[in-house]
Amino acid sequence: MKHLAIVTAAVASLALTACSSGNPLASSAPASSAPASSAAAVSVVVGSANFPESELLAEIYAGALKAKGVQVTPKLNIASRETYVPALQNGEIDLIPEYTGAFATYLNADADTSTEEAALASLKAALPDTLEALEPASAQDKDSITVTRETADTYQLKTIEDLVPVAKDLVLGGPPEWKNRAAGVPGLKKVYGLEFKSFKALDVAGPLTVQALKNGQVQAANLFTTDPSIKANDFVSLEDTKSFFGAQNVIPVITKSKATPEVVGALNAVSAKLDTDTLAGLVTKVVVDKQDAAAVAGEWLKANGLV
Amino acid sequence: MNLLWTWLADPAHWQGDDGIPVRIAEHLAYSGVTLLLAAAIGVPLGLWVGHTGRGRVLVVNLVNGMRSVPTLGLLFVAVLVVGPLLAGDIAFVVPAIFVLVVLAVPPILAGAYAGVEGVDPGARDAARGMGMRPLEVLAKVEVPCALPLIFSGLRSAALQVVATATLAASVSLGGLGRFLIDGQAYRDYGQMAGGALLVAVLAMLVDLVLAGVQRVAVSPGLAPVRTSRRTGRLSRLVPTTT
Repeated sequence: MKHLAIVTAAVASLALTACSSGNPLASSAPASSAPASSAAAVSVVVGSANFPESELLAEIYAGALKAKGVQVTPKLNIASRETYVPALQNGEIDLIPEYTGAFATYLNADADTSTEEAALASLKAALPDTLEALEPASAQDKDSITVTRETADTYQLKTIEDLVPVAKDLVLGGPPEWKNRAAGVPGLKKVYGLEFKSFKALDVAGPLTVQALKNGQVQAANLFTTDPSIKANDFVSLEDTKSFFGAQNVIPVITKSKATPEVVGALNAVSAKLDTDTLAGLVTKVVVDKQDAAAVAGEWLKANGLV
Repeated sequence: MNLLWTWLADPAHWQGDDGIPVRIAEHLAYSGVTLLLAAAIGVPLGLWVGHTGRGRVLVVNLVNGMRSVPTLGLLFVAVLVVGPLLAGDIAFVVPAIFVLVVLAVPPILAGAYAGVEGVDPGARDAARGMGMRPLEVLAKVEVPCALPLIFSGLRSAALQVVATATLAASVSLGGLGRFLIDGQAYRDYGQMAGGALLVAVLAMLVDLVLAGVQRVAVSPGLAPVRTSRRTGRLSRLVPTTT
């Protein structure tokens, strides 16, 4: 019976693995204590995507809300947009830091995201009735196609268009969801006519992607424009002449029923102070200096008088 | 459940470079290479420890220590450390196989040394009394007598490796783990459940194959009781899987 028991245990543990990673929202995170506050306290569940900047932004939102006496429950590091947007729509989470262009394209593959205004308008038009987009920050963080300095010199690459004739010899690396996403491999083919030799599923513009690019497992990769490793490794982010990645202002997206005046006020105050350099600096503290995201968020909120 | 069957029944998922047969082949390749390497390390070392009785404390503690290593964490460390030294996909393959070997050696080694150590001292004495040299005692008496436990170690390692080889996909490699990771990225729960089911079925099939090999390899005179019990168990196992 020993082996039957082992097999059963293996099956059971697989089933558990599938459940736990399939629905990361199933287990409830402990509610963080809000400061002694008004009687009509709103409670907001803050989510984030699975990359450091999103977690940092979620921590900033959470800190700003807590300071206003809002009950905040963090559910960070959920997964890709494909997973957390349905969670936002069915009420498992209430608030998420988003990017205007990318979210608009997710909701409507044909959205115009060429300028900041167009991206915001497209997002507001495409957003489901239950959700509300608050004030965007001036801070932008875009997806990019990034290559090493050596690759850029070899193939004379400055823009994404320059890749078209040579892409058939190059491997593209990016997060797994890029394989099927409008703002990923299919979109690059549609907009730029780009067809790479193959696509390699790495992490979400994280250390695995940086290393794969550096070591030549991939020749072109998706990195975020605020990523400090671009400068550190002398990588070249190719110019997006057709605005494929569009304008990507950081924007809080919230469930309408939770958007009380004090919540909206606190989040808009954050957006007003957040520009691209500030955001890049904060991300560097988390990614390069390995500081705790919550601590970095708290420091910045304090320095800007938001708590 | 509907999502699961829809995903499995779609013929498009059974062909091409990223279809189910290719993923199963990749999965078996990672698992097979891992088991061969782990057996090449674990079996001789286990036999030596069991035969000589030397280094037992060290090996037991080392084995237990290795069992507690978190495979996913070790994989990322290994990729970041080993990756820069190698070019191409091999920079991901080597770390993945390495962490799986770390996972597989302990049960194989434990089976081998426990098997040799548990050989009836009378049989060993008799072999020596017949004038066998130490290596002959090992090869002709101890190893054949230890085979049931050696196989038990191999089978338990095989189950763990087949289940854990899914991790290879988290560092961009193929295998059935691809379905789990991509399924989560696209929120395609049918794909995730399908991948998980395929891993479970594959693990059981591998165990059945090894059980078959064991029946042929182990002398029937050694453990008639075990053999009949195993047959009985297998026939009960089949209905529960269908």
